[in-house]
Amino acid sequence: MSTQVPAGYKWWTGGKSPYNVSYGKLMMWIFLLSDTFTFGALLISYGTLRVSQPYWPDPNHVYNTFPFMGEANLPLAFVSLMTFILIMSSVTMVLAVHEGHRRNRAGVEKWLLWTILGGFMFLGCQAWEWTHLITGHHPVLIDGVVQEIGTTISRNPFGPVVPGLMHDGHPVTVPGPVGFGGFFFGITGFHGFHVFSGVMLNILMYFWTRNGRFDRQGHYEMIEKVGLYWHFVDLVWVFVFLCFYLI
Amino acid sequence: MEHEHHQAIATSPEITFPHEPASNTKRIWKTFWILLFLTIAELAFGLSHYIYHMEGGLLLFVKGGMIIFSIFKAIYIVSIFMHMGDEIRNLKMTILIPLLLFIWFVTAFLWDGVSYKNLRNKYDRPSTEQVAPPHDAQKPGGLN
Repeated sequence: MSTQVPAGYKWWTGGKSPYNVSYGKLMMWIFLLSDTFTFGALLISYGTLRVSQPYWPDPNHVYNTFPFMGEANLPLAFVSLMTFILIMSSVTMVLAVHEGHRRNRAGVEKWLLWTILGGFMFLGCQAWEWTHLITGHHPVLIDGVVQEIGTTISRNPFGPVVPGLMHDGHPVTVPGPVGFGGFFFGITGFHGFHVFSGVMLNILMYFWTRNGRFDRQGHYEMIEKVGLYWHFVDLVWVFVFLCFYLI
Repeated sequence: MEHEHHQAIATSPEITFPHEPASNTKRIWKTFWILLFLTIAELAFGLSHYIYHMEGGLLLFVKGGMIIFSIFKAIYIVSIFMHMGDEIRNLKMTILIPLLLFIWFVTAFLWDGVSYKNLRNKYDRPSTEQVAPPHDAQKPGGLN
């Protein structure tokens, strides 16, 4: 399991990597560290804006729909499915890395295909969710007139309810904080872009595995590097899920 | 552990000691169940403050609980799935020590946000009725 190193071994005497990894893998770690701060900055600025607001929409109220379930109130159900898909694809990725350690080409191919499928499923879910938020109109009182608006980067229908005012059987609200849509679409979009890049890299890995590139090289380390990236995408989703949907 | 499993790992000159991967997938599936359990616990907490109205210390406990569950999920993903736990100390410290900046980062910026809210409550003209502010009240480019 963990690497066996004799006690007192001198790493910094030169002639070898003091990190005991290849240059490429070390650089992948350094890139992921920088990306952590990029996502961290985005999520923290969202947090700063949110706590500065007197009112913020309840995520259970905003994300309460599920495909083909009409207007049924199912808070967090769809995003739970998305989270499960991403965790599952992380498991299939780590299984691909595991088969790579054993230099089992067929195993790597199989688990990479499952990971690619998981990635596409996640992206499909996200496309549905975005479409639903943008096109799902809610009655909002703007300048004394009830208008039906969806969630965009400049409009947010999820404000406080206007007491006693109904429109087509739905309570009317005032506009919610505008920053909501900008941060939601910006951060989940940036994460989705990472998922998309990861899927593309995995497809490339699948073809490289298929044509025997790693067998010729004698190792499957490239699968490990792409695996690191893919797990990082899952890791970021843990915090996107926390900040946008749970809290 | 099992030395008969000498699966060939990258034989790069940069790697002094070959990483010795686990010979079976038991550890991976165990981590999967832990992650699933933590996610279900998060969902239960998230739904609880929707179903029951909560305030003050209880709401803080529920939200804090979800943050702690998320941090544990992150630790399991990095340590087991990304194999950080199998790396040597030099690599672990190089990647993990800079993350301590987040302690300042989160504290300072949330503090700033709360301070902004307090100043707003103190100095902004209190609205007498719950209606949207007129359109021109929003400064161009303002996020709120």
